[in-house]
Formats: sequence, C-alpha cells, structure tokens
Amino acid sequence: MRIADADTRTHNFEEVALGYTEEEAKKEASRCLNCANPRCVKGCPVNIRIPEFIEAIKENDMQKAYEVIQASSSLPAVCGRVCPQEKQCEAMCIKGFKGDAISIGALERYVADYARENHLSLTKEIVKKNKKVAVIGAGPSGLSCAGELAKNGYEVTIFEALHKAGGVLTYGIPEFRLPKKIVEEEVDSLKKLGVKVELNAVIGKSLSLEDLQEEYDAIYLGTGAGLPKFMGIENENANEVFSANEVLTRINLMNAYKKDAMTPVKDSKVAVVVGGGNVAMDAARSLRRLGIEVHIVYRRDMDEMPARKAEVEHAMEEGIIFDTLKNPTRILKDEDNHVTGVELIAMEYAGESDGRKSVREIPDSHTIMNCDTIVMALGTSANDLATTDSKVERNERNLIIVDGTKTSEKGVFAGGDAVTGAATVILAMEAGKKGAAEIMEYLS
Amino acid sequence: MYRVRKNECIGKDVYLLEVEAPLVVKKCLPGQFVIVMAYESSERIPLTIYDYDRENGILSLIYQVIGASTMELTEVTDSLFSVAGPLGNPSELMENDDILDKKILFVAGGVGIAPVYPQAKYLTSRGVDVDIIYGARTKDIIVIEEETKKVCNNLYITTDDGSYGNQGNVTDMMKKLDKKYDYCVAIGPVIMMKFVALYTKELGIKTIVSMNPIMVDGTGMCGACRLLVDGKVKFACVDGPEFDGHKVDFDNALKRMSIYKTEEGRKKLMMEEGSTHHGGCGNCGDK
Repeated sequence: MRIADADTRTHNFEEVALGYTEEEAKKEASRCLNCANPRCVKGCPVNIRIPEFIEAIKENDMQKAYEVIQASSSLPAVCGRVCPQEKQCEAMCIKGFKGDAISIGALERYVADYARENHLSLTKEIVKKNKKVAVIGAGPSGLSCAGELAKNGYEVTIFEALHKAGGVLTYGIPEFRLPKKIVEEEVDSLKKLGVKVELNAVIGKSLSLEDLQEEYDAIYLGTGAGLPKFMGIENENANEVFSANEVLTRINLMNAYKKDAMTPVKDSKVAVVVGGGNVAMDAARSLRRLGIEVHIVYRRDMDEMPARKAEVEHAMEEGIIFDTLKNPTRILKDEDNHVTGVELIAMEYAGESDGRKSVREIPDSHTIMNCDTIVMALGTSANDLATTDSKVERNERNLIIVDGTKTSEKGVFAGGDAVTGAATVILAMEAGKKGAAEIMEYLS
Repeated sequence: MYRVRKNECIGKDVYLLEVEAPLVVKKCLPGQFVIVMAYESSERIPLTIYDYDRENGILSLIYQVIGASTMELTEVTDSLFSVAGPLGNPSELMENDDILDKKILFVAGGVGIAPVYPQAKYLTSRGVDVDIIYGARTKDIIVIEEETKKVCNNLYITTDDGSYGNQGNVTDMMKKLDKKYDYCVAIGPVIMMKFVALYTKELGIKTIVSMNPIMVDGTGMCGACRLLVDGKVKFACVDGPEFDGHKVDFDNALKRMSIYKTEEGRKKLMMEEGSTHHGGCGNCGDK
C-alpha cells in the first residue's frame, strides 16, 4: 500500500497509509487463490469469510463484498487499519509461505472505505424485538456488541463516560493511523441501526449498574483497560512525566495539535517515551509531529517489540530514535519539579520465561539521558469505575471474571480489555460479538 | 447539549453557572465534582459542585476566571457542550452517623466556598454543629455570603487586605477564634490548605482537604491529577478529590499545578488581545 512521504507526514496528522485505488485493489484481489479450505478465515478472530469478499471484489460486486464483511464484523474500516493482520489472517495465507501473503487488511479497508464513500447499506431487514440492552463503554467491544444486537432488532443504548464515542479508537489511536472521521461514521452507522448513544454518562457515578439492571433486560460491560501504569521509580511525580494515555488523550480526543483547541499539550524539545508497544509508537509519533525530538526507550531489543512491525518502521522513517536494551531507573528533576533527564540502566538477555526472552540489568551500567518530557507507555489496567459498587466479581487484577461473556451477575455480560487486560481492538470486537450472541441467547 | 439557565458574574471574576444536567444531579453528593466543556473545542474543566436541585435537574457551579478556558466559559449563554459527572467520591461526612455530635469547622478560601456550601448545608440539615471561616484576598470576591450564613452557626469572614470582615488570612482567623473543633474541612487554594493543615496538625484536629489538580478525563484514565498522599501516588479524580490534609504533599501539588502555565498564559493572551496581538512577546512563535 502507498504511504505518505515521511518528511511531509512528520509535519501533519494526516493518515499515513493511503489505501488502495480500485486498480490496485483488483490487482491484489486477483492474487487470491480462493482456497477450498481457507486458512485465513481461521486466522481472523471474528472469522470474516475472507476469500468470499475478495472474490466479490474481483467480480466488481462491492455490495456483496461489504455484506460478507459486515456479516462478521461491525467495524471494518477500523479493523482494516488497526488489526495486526500480519499476525492473524495474513500470517495464515498460503501465498505467504512462498512470497507475499495477500494484503487482506488493505482489501478489507478498501471495501469498507468504498462502502462508506458510496453510502452502501445493509439490505437485510431488521425485525424488532421488544428487549432493551445497555452497553457500557463506546469502545470497540461495546460498539461491536451494540452493532450485532441492533442488527438483530434489539433496542440498544450505549453509555459512554467521555464526550465522544469510540473509546480507545477516539482517545488513543492517533488521527494519522485511524482518522476520527472514520470512527464517527462507524458510530453514525450504528445510530442509523437505531442504537442510542448517551455521552457523558459515567456508569458507577451518574448511574449505578443496579439502576441499569432495573431498566434494561441485559447489560454488556465493555469498559476497557483505561488506567495507566507508572513505573514506581524516583521522581515520577515530576511535572513533565505523563502517561501515554494523557498525551494521546490531549492530542487525539482534545485535538491539542489544532490551533483552535483550548486543551494544551506540553511544549518540549526532547521527549523520552518508555515502552515498545503500539501505544508507545502512537505517543512517540504524535509528539514527533509537534516538532519534538523523540526517543523510545525499551528494555528489550527491536525484534522483541510488541508493536506492529509496520508501526515501528514508520516511526523510524519519521526520525524517532530507538534506545533499546535500556530501562529507566530514576527521573532527574530540578528544584521546581521540572524534568531534566532520566537515568537509564543497560539490560541484557538472561534466558527465557513464559516463552519470552527475559532481561536483567547490567550492574553499574547507568547512563543519563537529558530530556524535558517523559512519557510512560507501559500498558494499562482495567478501569473498575462501573463495577466498584456492584456485585460483579473481579479478580485480583480487577479484571471482570466471566464464563464465556457471562459475569457473576445474572443478565450482566462483559468482554474486551475489561476481561482480558489490555489487548487488541479486534479481540475486543470479537468479545463484543460473542457477548451479543450470548445476550441474544439469554433473552430468547 | 446542556441548557444554561444562568451564567452570571457574582463577584470580581467569579461566576455562578446554573445548567440543566439531570443525569448529574440524580445522584450527586457534596464533595463530588463535574467536568464541563463550553464548546466542542474547549478544555474539559473540573468544577466542584456548589448546589443541586434534583427535582428540576439543575446543577449549580461557581467558578473563577483564572485562564483562557474559564474566560471562554463566561461567554456561554445558551448551552454547554458537555457536563459529565458526578465524579470523584462524596465527602466522608456524608451519610456518616459518627460525626453527628461533633463540632465541625469548614475553612474556605476564595471560590472554595462553593464546595464548602453544600457540605455545610447537608450537615446543618442533620443538626451538626458547623462553623465556617471564609477567607478571600479582598471584598470584591466574597460571594454567596447570605446563603452561607443560613447553613452554619457562625460565619467568620476574613480578607487579606481587611476590606471586609476581619483582616488577615484564614489561619490568623483560626488562631484568633481559638475555638475547639473535632474536625476540619479546608477547601481553597493549595497554599491555603497547606497552612491550615500544618496548623490543625499542631492542634491534633483531623483535617480533610479537597484537591483540584489538572485533569483531563476525570475517570482515572490519564493520570494528570496524580498527587502524593502519604508518599503514595493517588489520582485525585478517582481516589479523591478529598484527602487527609495531614498526608498530602502540598508542595508537589503546587508545583504540578504550573505544568501548563506557559501554554495557558499564551492562550489567555491570545484571547484577551485577539487579532491585535502580532507577536513580539517572544512567546507565541508558530503555535
């Protein structure tokens, strides 16, 4: 897929991956073997009938291509962009064993964008059922659950704590990776299906879970893993130490990079982002676009980074400096509490644990890196605001305990990061879809 | 959209905002706060609840113009883009039977009177013995005096410049009164809360303070509102906003309040000067 030039894109927040033209899509689709036993479908968490929609592209039947994808996924324009296809469907593609796998993600995106731009809609008629379901959280899990339920005629209301729907798609993933217009349009398409979205509704505070239980026939908790982690090192409460969540929320949700936005983002010359996941890349690349010199400090090496390969490559092209096999040991600050640098220690590999290389500190290998901003992208944990005062059982990590998607409370279901801990958009969507199926079974 | 009933100036740079927010007032309790946005492009501003009318779904807030965002809020006449809440935890004095026979002192500084008011109102309605010390820099910024008088036994007003009530700060007033209290709640500027807490520690009076640090989401997501309480990191939005005043690291909190000082100042300057500002301040650069 074509991508925006690195020098240009580091000065704006426009989408990096540009998508296929019709010609490119047809050409890529024509490479698909339409296997009798398609392995790619098994690689997809929501089992999209991939060869079928690719065949439809070949035959120029975009309505069919769209309906095939929609039958399994409610948010194709999102998944086509942010799913780690290289580890899922594309990893299973037979073409990939000798040469390049079919670019399934890019084709999915092509179909979704075509459908959106050409206002395609589903032709299946919805039969109304007289049952009300409340979905908590308008992130990928909640949206996908709501979509499935609405398609099947259930009356759905989504409760969202923030002033915009989308959850991590809105506050977390940056504009240049997932344009917010696309998220808005996906939410709008749910509204067209009859889904109501109540913004600024903080469940657990504005309304309790019990209040909702009285009014709704079933509840789905898609409250995500929104709480940031910090390292617990010295001086972490210095002024310019931020969570990646904060930096991303300011930039994405609050549009701090735009001139007319009132929310500020901290000016900086040199920023250090700690972590090697997608969130670290998102934070680093966002700061880079504000004209800041950005370093990524990660305790393992490049090969071990959990971020998608393409994101790491894009980050490097954009001039982000990677300092690997290093870990912060303390933050340096001046008397006014301003960050002046970070002390790092060198790491080395020491065997394996849980199938992953483990690292240990190399004694007396401390170095100082000067910087004025530090961003912690160390992962997130579950936000229990909605369930704190409820009977829904959670484990010691505050994750909701489920059987399938059923929680300990009758009629209350849960899925996504609130159950698994921080994972991917597509896994959260899969859980939302599964939750919808179990809710339908429960209500039938 | 949240319809604005009233947004009027009630003191120098102090505004009373009444807004229809039925979902907030349904369950809110004194001590909690909300986050408001004037427009879609606005900042999310945390404001502690002043009063609420459950029957009519009306929420009342009092705010002081301190930066570009609060200045922008004063312009709103018809409706607010968003009001989220109630957020944070109610005051520990709510639904608490252990304090019914106690003597409680509230110390309010500036617009800190706003969150003090509903707590005092609630406790007075339960027959608790409540006194309030209300301190301000000067007479112009004293607000809701009559309302406040009704929700306590004694209201002691003190101004730094002596332009109204007693002259001096709130701790001077506490020393002057020399009355015995079992419990103290101090809400106001961080520096005031710090000195009240230092003094009550000497006296051995349990003291609660309400922290209002920088916030974005108010639901625990961003961590901007981190505080050090008893040496541990706490989030004011979900762990507070009220904390044991003898355990809060006020100096760290004070310094963290200044994180966006330059960025904020620049925005405010732009708003004040509008298109008449053509650089030369050395600060506005490209942004």
